[in-house]
Amino acid sequence: MSNKEITKNMLTARFDVINPDSIDEYISHNGYTALKKAMSKTGEEIISEVKIAGLKGRGGAGFPTGLKMEAVSQADGSPKYIICNADEGEPGNFKDRYLMEKDPHQLIEGIIICAFAANINNGYIFIRGEYINAINIMEKALEQARVNGYLGDNILDSGFNFDMEVYSGAGSYVCGEEFALLVTIEGKQGRATYKPPFPTTVGLYNKPTQINNVETFCNIPHILNMGGKEFSKIGTDSSKGTKLVCLSGNIVNPGLYEVELGVSIRDIIEKLGKGVPNKRAIKMVQLGGASGPVIPENMLDIKLDSKEMSKLNLNYGSGAIIVMDDRIDVLDILKRIIEFFHHESCGKCTPCREGLTQMLILLDRFTDGIATNDDLAILEILMETMNQSSICGLGQAAPTATQKVLEYFREEFTNKINSTDSIVV
Amino acid sequence: MQVKEALDKYGRTADKLIGAMLAYQKSTPCNYLTEDDIKEFSRETGLPESRVYSIASFYSLLSTEARGKYIIQVCYDVPCYINDSVNIVNELEKILEIKMGQTTDDRLFTIEYSSCLGCCDKAPAMQIGATLYGNLTKDKISSILSTYRGGKDE
Repeated sequence: MSNKEITKNMLTARFDVINPDSIDEYISHNGYTALKKAMSKTGEEIISEVKIAGLKGRGGAGFPTGLKMEAVSQADGSPKYIICNADEGEPGNFKDRYLMEKDPHQLIEGIIICAFAANINNGYIFIRGEYINAINIMEKALEQARVNGYLGDNILDSGFNFDMEVYSGAGSYVCGEEFALLVTIEGKQGRATYKPPFPTTVGLYNKPTQINNVETFCNIPHILNMGGKEFSKIGTDSSKGTKLVCLSGNIVNPGLYEVELGVSIRDIIEKLGKGVPNKRAIKMVQLGGASGPVIPENMLDIKLDSKEMSKLNLNYGSGAIIVMDDRIDVLDILKRIIEFFHHESCGKCTPCREGLTQMLILLDRFTDGIATNDDLAILEILMETMNQSSICGLGQAAPTATQKVLEYFREEFTNKINSTDSIVV
Repeated sequence: MQVKEALDKYGRTADKLIGAMLAYQKSTPCNYLTEDDIKEFSRETGLPESRVYSIASFYSLLSTEARGKYIIQVCYDVPCYINDSVNIVNELEKILEIKMGQTTDDRLFTIEYSSCLGCCDKAPAMQIGATLYGNLTKDKISSILSTYRGGKDE
């Protein structure tokens, strides 16, 4: 299989072809044609196309986008809001930054189409504060869209009014969580809340709110342009379309690649990434980012396919692939990951706040060579508790990598158990 | 910039507060919000001082402690770590003669750890202002720092 057969440039087709600062270049490369098509349809028809396309959210959770659009459009309450979640902070991910910096109008067009479908008049693009370039590029693009009549009152003489603004985050990973993001926009500390109700019914200022990831919105113009049925032919039965993959770590050619869903992780690493420098062996690969699972080398033939992966309790998440060669110290990497979550935990719920502190203490016992069998048992119970009882995805997913290490590389822990005595404090 | 100016530009409602605080902080010589600043944001917006302070202390891009003119944010996370970001931190600490989290005596530089900068394809990475520096090596560090010592704009 050649590179050309693995990569499929749809969302990235205009990257480095057009000048992102120029709306004219976007328009001359098929830009805003999908919006015109959308405006000749009803909201129900647009939502139906997205459902037929089979698009699932690209932020990591993989919720069907059409169902989310339908839920917001049918929810009671006014005004409704639409929010683009560009709070990309998951270590290992940089796809949303590139989508905003290299083709900002593709994103804007996708958001406008969704707003039109659910008759929403106000929106935000919530960009993490560290992404200063992306913020500047998106603000400029929004202004150009306004000047050209794609935003504002009576868009393209349709009678539809819609505008949106960039909201800069201020440095907090947890704000990528929907409710933490919403309360941040409301000017409060970004802390998560119990679900349900979901933002589709009780969102920003308690009004129905559609929140989608950057890449998800960027798929919408393509669905409108080619039709849901054609779109659904890309990918596999359970995973439609393309996926932006962020390849990093110990890899010859790190970078952003767009692939058709269904490609194997091994093909991405070997054919696109050109393998590990100095032909070293791969120890493990983390999928999706810090909150994602790790897998050993002998599982790399698994495909980016939600059904196949879920059988092994895996998922490709937001598309990060972090390759680690045989020089790494697995427990040292796990400590880095847990330190990240410990720093980013909002501190609201006990399982996450205290659980992460205790995880670090336990991991230290293993690296210090004073761990016992009891420590291992306690660690496993602790992680299960965090999974089950943390309020939001941060605390629920923080132990994932550690749990997968215990599943696939258990000896990394058991080799470091010093004695079988009960816990020594 | 005055606190009032920032609020005039961004608006005085709660949803504009973070933006106004970031913009105001950036204009201060030591990149932070003083107790008096917090009080003034509170007076001007009508929001309780505790609420304004809760925001200033929660978000990592806002600071309540004096920092340098240039904040060097070094990525802490795994993709950079396995590409030897530790060496980059050591080199910064050696050249600037400060430890992580500290500010140089001339108030020019602060080194901070940052969560992932979204630059994993060019690891190890750091950011100063709006400029991302990727594929860092020890050798690159001193030349990057000297451009700022020469008064480079962010």
